[in-house]
Amino acid sequence: MHELWPLVGVAVVVVGFLVRLNPLLVIAAAVAATGWGAGISPDQLLRVFGKAFNDSRYVSGIWIVLPVIGLLERSGLQERARLLISKVHAATTGRLLLLYLAVRQISAAVGLLSLGGHAQMVRPLVAPMAEAAAESRYGDLPKKIRYRIRAYAAAADNVGVFFGEDVFLAVGSILLIKGFLEADHIIVDPFALSLWAIPTAILAFLVHGTRLLLLDRKLARELKKKPDSTEKAAAE
Amino acid sequence: MITLQAVYALAGIAFAAFSILSVRDRSNSKRFGNVAFWGLLAVSFLFGSIIGDLANGILVLALVLIGGLGLIGRGHPPTTSPEERRASAVRRGNWLFVPALIIPLTAILGTLFLKTAHWNGHALIDPKQVTLISLALGILIALGVAMLWLRPPLLAPLQEGRRLVDTIGWAAVLPQMLASLGAVFAIAGVGNAVGQLATQYIPLDNSFVVVAVYCVGMALFTAIMGNAFAAFPVMTAAIGLPLIVHKFGGDVVIMSAIGMLAGFCGTLTTPMAANFNIVPAALLELPDRNGVIKAQIPTAIPMLIGNILLLYFLVFRF
Repeated sequence: MHELWPLVGVAVVVVGFLVRLNPLLVIAAAVAATGWGAGISPDQLLRVFGKAFNDSRYVSGIWIVLPVIGLLERSGLQERARLLISKVHAATTGRLLLLYLAVRQISAAVGLLSLGGHAQMVRPLVAPMAEAAAESRYGDLPKKIRYRIRAYAAAADNVGVFFGEDVFLAVGSILLIKGFLEADHIIVDPFALSLWAIPTAILAFLVHGTRLLLLDRKLARELKKKPDSTEKAAAE
Repeated sequence: MITLQAVYALAGIAFAAFSILSVRDRSNSKRFGNVAFWGLLAVSFLFGSIIGDLANGILVLALVLIGGLGLIGRGHPPTTSPEERRASAVRRGNWLFVPALIIPLTAILGTLFLKTAHWNGHALIDPKQVTLISLALGILIALGVAMLWLRPPLLAPLQEGRRLVDTIGWAAVLPQMLASLGAVFAIAGVGNAVGQLATQYIPLDNSFVVVAVYCVGMALFTAIMGNAFAAFPVMTAAIGLPLIVHKFGGDVVIMSAIGMLAGFCGTLTTPMAANFNIVPAALLELPDRNGVIKAQIPTAIPMLIGNILLLYFLVFRF
């Protein structure tokens, strides 16, 4: 039983998130609990955590994109994205996100992982377009619906990249599998690994794509078609 | 050679600017919390490699306290009104998309072509970090184009960056904190403990049960750690190799490929994968922190079941 003590940190994380404490406090508590469970001294633990944080700075490096995105928003980027979509009459929220899902998945499958992302693409472009597609059909949206559409926009990005990237043979997870198996003296071909990611990729497109088309129906049910689009524009 | 240090310096300067510009923002009653929070992050990015592990540890603790106890607020930097934005969008047309698209395009071209670039016989860019460096390059080019074309006030990019980073708030450091927690877990041997639990308490003499336990274990452990990369070695060493491959004669390639993807189903459901699930909720200004996760769970569950079935029907056949 003795070697199970480090799991006390995992328990802290699960309970902390379930009772919705602030995640930063949950993490600090989990670090403390794990260190205690594993018999690491507080002083040593602070050093380990500090070093790990410093070594992980690349994770937060993405925020250098914020000034330029903010600058473009200031000049009306989101409004332009809305205008563009409101002119495409075939565009619905579900179809637009389905198209984004396909582009994200296919581009990730050929290794183009940078074509997307929440700060660069979803907030300034995809989410406003998805909202505008619903607005041009149903007029002003209730807040609840607006938030749901945004959440679906972020979800399309995640599903697309998760179930697309493994089809590309030089992606991190494929290299991890190859490295791990090699340490066990099993030599595998990265190409074969990426090939066997294809069935799941297709399934993911079918499952999430169906949900996106169902989202259109759901929106149609919840929002009545607006009577006259010019009236609304004049009222604004 | 250009390394990650250049990107860190850039980020450090941006965070320092967010901190300094917060000092005089009286619209934010917690402005000194923001000054301290973004200031500490600036110190970490600019000097983190010099100040030593203990100072970094104290810095992280301070970030946790400021962010965790709600001592940072949301500033209101000078920006344009909705009417001005609409007018600008109409006047400038679809050209507005160009700077936004420069970023991914440069990142892609850089990833493809800069990896092997040489100048005077030296590598121009650290080949291991080419993606993030190319992204930073794209951001700088886009920023230059936007500044020359749009002619905003000189401080506008920093003020607008502060507007966005304040929207995200403490969640901006959450992914990095979670990555660090993962490192602490690894040092403490959490993975081995989970593997032991999985094998000791579950009956594993039926091939379908084994496949299901492997996939569900990948998803659950990924949800706990926030990362399938942490789950894969543990679950594969504990269940995948000894049982699916050696005992039941399954194919190791198919098992690994689909097993990893079963883990990704867990990523869709967990606040621990903060950069995919919690940060976008903040970026999109959703009132519910778990809004993105709720939109993904109905995809994650059928995908996990689908992966179990795919793995079961494919792994023993090839």
